[in-house]
Amino acid sequence: MSRLHRPTGQEDHFQGSRDAPLLLVEFGDYQCPYCGRAYGEVKRLQEALGDRMALVFRNFPLTQAHPLALQAAEAAEAAGAQGRFWEMHDLLFENQDALELPVLLSHAEGLELDVDRFRKDLASHRYEERIRRDFMDGVRSGVNGTPTFFINGHRHDGDFSTASLLAAMTGGLGASR
Amino acid sequence: MATATPSLSLPLPSGTRAPSFQLAATPEQSVSLASCAGSPVVLVFYPADFSPVCSDELALFNEVLPELQRHGARVFGVSVDSVWCHLAFARERKLRFPLLADFHPKGEMSQRYHAWREGEGVSERALYVLDGGGVIAWSDVSRPEVNPGVDGVLEALEKLSAGASSREARS
Repeated sequence: MSRLHRPTGQEDHFQGSRDAPLLLVEFGDYQCPYCGRAYGEVKRLQEALGDRMALVFRNFPLTQAHPLALQAAEAAEAAGAQGRFWEMHDLLFENQDALELPVLLSHAEGLELDVDRFRKDLASHRYEERIRRDFMDGVRSGVNGTPTFFINGHRHDGDFSTASLLAAMTGGLGASR
Repeated sequence: MATATPSLSLPLPSGTRAPSFQLAATPEQSVSLASCAGSPVVLVFYPADFSPVCSDELALFNEVLPELQRHGARVFGVSVDSVWCHLAFARERKLRFPLLADFHPKGEMSQRYHAWREGEGVSERALYVLDGGGVIAWSDVSRPEVNPGVDGVLEALEKLSAGASSREARS
């Protein structure tokens, strides 16, 4: 059974408490339609589990298949550097069919980011290395497509519906962290 | 697939000499095991072009290709589809590695590599890593609906590279 190669740490983007008993790590690609569908499922899962769970998002852009995925991931990281990672993450998934640069800049404006800094971070690919590191960690963890979920460190091989994730998290492995 | 072969094939184990092959990669070019001598070889057997899981699996190999090539590896996809089908599939998915057509006699290479599903007449979802001397270093067969990921292949290549550099250090 595949396990998370690098444990979650300070550099990860957490939604929820770092001490939550249930930890869901998603490896995702902002241009992947399946990840777009999983986005809503995970939101419902978070509503169901409340503060019992935390979500971590790691980047797994399949850049050969999805030419806009890397830049979108860079946008989320650049927003993260200004403390608005999850807001950008949500905007990207909610507007998945528009990931071109002007749209990213307008998201940044909407979030009242320092747009100049945001634009420079994208132009210099400041966060590309971090994204590649997420990607290679994913490869070594046995990520086999997007999205791939890990529940308390173990790869979830079922589907990504709220029901399937909820059962896996509250059933066997999920409870024993 | 109602007539699914009930059990998975067991792959040829590591340490076995890899069966030779020569298959078309394009309408004009063929690839043989002998032509790869000196380089590690990664063989990705998959059931069919354009089927959803294979595409994910190959998309992943396509993305990780530079990491595999850092170890000097040559990577080939293998299925029973024809070169023309492979060309269309590779073009649509922007694949950066060759797909070999195990087309005539159908499945001959897959059968030699114990990567054949007789019930469906397609290749298993099997992975092989061969060392530069044509000996199997690592092998794996997954259920047809399961995408095996790239971690096993990457680890096997890293071990080969580590072994090669320690041999160099001793000599």
